[in-house]
Amino acid sequence: MATIEDLLIIRVQGRAIPLPGDNIDTDEITPAAALAEPDYSNAADYLFLNARKANPNHPLDDPQYKGANILIVGNNFGCGSSRETSPQAIKRFGIDVLVGESFAAIFQGNCTALGMPAVCASKGDMTKLMEYTKQNPGTIYTLDLDSKTLTYAGQAVAIDIAESTRTALTTGMWNAVAMLKANQPLVSEVAARLPYMNNFSG
Amino acid sequence: MISLGANNISKDTLYDKMFDSHVVTQLPTGKYQVLIGLHLIHDVTSSPAFGMLREAGMEVAFPERTFTTADHMLPTDGIERPLKDPQAEVLLSALEENALRHGITYFGPESGKQGIVHVIGPELGLTQPGMTIACGDSHTSTHGAFGAIALGVGTTEVRYLLETQTLSLDRLNVRQINIDGEMQRGVFSKDIILHIMRELGVGGGKGFAYEYAGATVERMSMAERMTLCNMSIEGGALVGYVNPDQTTFDYLRGREYVPKGEAFERAVRYWKSVASSPNARYDDMVKINAGGLEPMVTWGINPGQGIGISGRMPALETMAEGERAVAEKAYKHMGLQPGEPIAGTPIDVAFIGSCTNSRIEDLREAASIVQGYKVAEGVTALVVPGSQSVKRMAEAEGLDSIFMDAGFEWRGAGCSMCLAMNPDRLVGDQRSASASNRNFINRQGSPTGRTHLMSPAMVAGAAISGEIVDVRQFYVG
Repeated sequence: MATIEDLLIIRVQGRAIPLPGDNIDTDEITPAAALAEPDYSNAADYLFLNARKANPNHPLDDPQYKGANILIVGNNFGCGSSRETSPQAIKRFGIDVLVGESFAAIFQGNCTALGMPAVCASKGDMTKLMEYTKQNPGTIYTLDLDSKTLTYAGQAVAIDIAESTRTALTTGMWNAVAMLKANQPLVSEVAARLPYMNNFSG
Repeated sequence: MISLGANNISKDTLYDKMFDSHVVTQLPTGKYQVLIGLHLIHDVTSSPAFGMLREAGMEVAFPERTFTTADHMLPTDGIERPLKDPQAEVLLSALEENALRHGITYFGPESGKQGIVHVIGPELGLTQPGMTIACGDSHTSTHGAFGAIALGVGTTEVRYLLETQTLSLDRLNVRQINIDGEMQRGVFSKDIILHIMRELGVGGGKGFAYEYAGATVERMSMAERMTLCNMSIEGGALVGYVNPDQTTFDYLRGREYVPKGEAFERAVRYWKSVASSPNARYDDMVKINAGGLEPMVTWGINPGQGIGISGRMPALETMAEGERAVAEKAYKHMGLQPGEPIAGTPIDVAFIGSCTNSRIEDLREAASIVQGYKVAEGVTALVVPGSQSVKRMAEAEGLDSIFMDAGFEWRGAGCSMCLAMNPDRLVGDQRSASASNRNFINRQGSPTGRTHLMSPAMVAGAAISGEIVDVRQFYVG
């Protein structure tokens, strides 16, 4: 049975896949057909479906990155549609962490809700990281959310993550439903104070 | 790289007032539990959330504050059941069953009130100032036009909403975008928002709520304000809003879900109270002059890659280093050359519709251009009203005849060709002039299809010309 310790996301280690490009939108990550599925069990089948069809050497299919669990991306990754199929597909493909220059807000929130950190590093560090990963596919990376660093090849890169998101991940509270449910009496109190929740009655 | 909560110096803005009045508590993570007053649901992003609810053996916490309709997958050329697309039928049936089981009001095709969720919320008066609104759809920011705080969420968050009517949120910074100047004839709020995307970038709004203010915004109709707020998310801003004013109240009066009589007066008092104070403080302020703007067209593969209609597509050398790779990808995909004018680019498809531009005002404007002309040979043109109500209004005004006489297809309400989850889609490398919101590769259903975003009037002009043209030439006198 899963314990609370299983939910804590503090340190993640593994090899990485470089996926360069800015403004990669969620239509590109998972085309609309993925949304027509009633659940996420097939989500990974849609991951970058069109890009991979067009390019047999797509990084996700490159044998030298097989088994890697960290995805290195560019700026504003995950922009566009709110579709959760995108982070679901990435997670179900076997990715545990995304590292990028920046992430779109809804996408990043969806990643957090799935317990998959999407963390940022500076443009300079990301450029080096992307190049290094391309040149050295066997490199082992360690993300440490306690020290907010990504360590590889003997160097530590500072990573940026909202403090509340870091806390949610490191304390295993990334799925918020239990926390939110615990406060239902307070929710009713707030609702009672808001005039529109009571149809503006007297 | 913008860290959430880096500044948070804003004070007494509508966003801040609303955040404070809707916070339930601060969670142990440091995020805030925020009550969401209105939860809207459509046919595609909710199914897994209802599945999670079922597994957890839970009920919907506030079914009376939850409303649903079908838009994404519903065909616009006939809705006989079962739907021809078996996956669409499965999702629609599931939605209907979930709504019935949980006591959620459903505006289905039989109701006469069905339509794009961001069109029907406002027209039914469900959307009101001073409300927090969420939907499993990124264009939920549309509802901010009323002075609501409205945001798109993922499906796990839809589950949070179903079970608790709350979300776990970080507080955003607030950027005021102050828009001044008299818009030229033939220039619309669509052009302003495309200009803002170009100026601030498609990721520039990360961590911000956008407050659209200034004399130009104050003069805008609710439809124009909705177009403006709709595309906030394309600029990276989760939330965009306009402070409520007399235009807002006049729009709402008499709508089905808006309180009547004395309750309406009480509502107006509450709505006025949520507007940003005159001495409100912002984390950032940006000024935009709408006076010099011309109609905008996108040339690339994200909404920030736009230019004025008389402009030439930008040379790679003139771009910031970080933008060049995306621009190169865009030119390759679009089959266009830097330095060339955008006007005169031939089109195959003209699409007027989507949550951005499918309201009655949009259709009137497009019809005024089309009247007396024919759609150019070889161009497929369609008009997809945003809701059944918009469709009825348009037909009562005779707009349907104007479009059909010109050779447009006149369709039923839905998302249609904005997102290719229904039979309306581009084929092969067709090039479309589209009144929608996203020009992403494959967005309109063909991996090699090409999309140019523009206002509905510009789409109308392109449809009858067979190429991208300056719609201002059609306005005489």
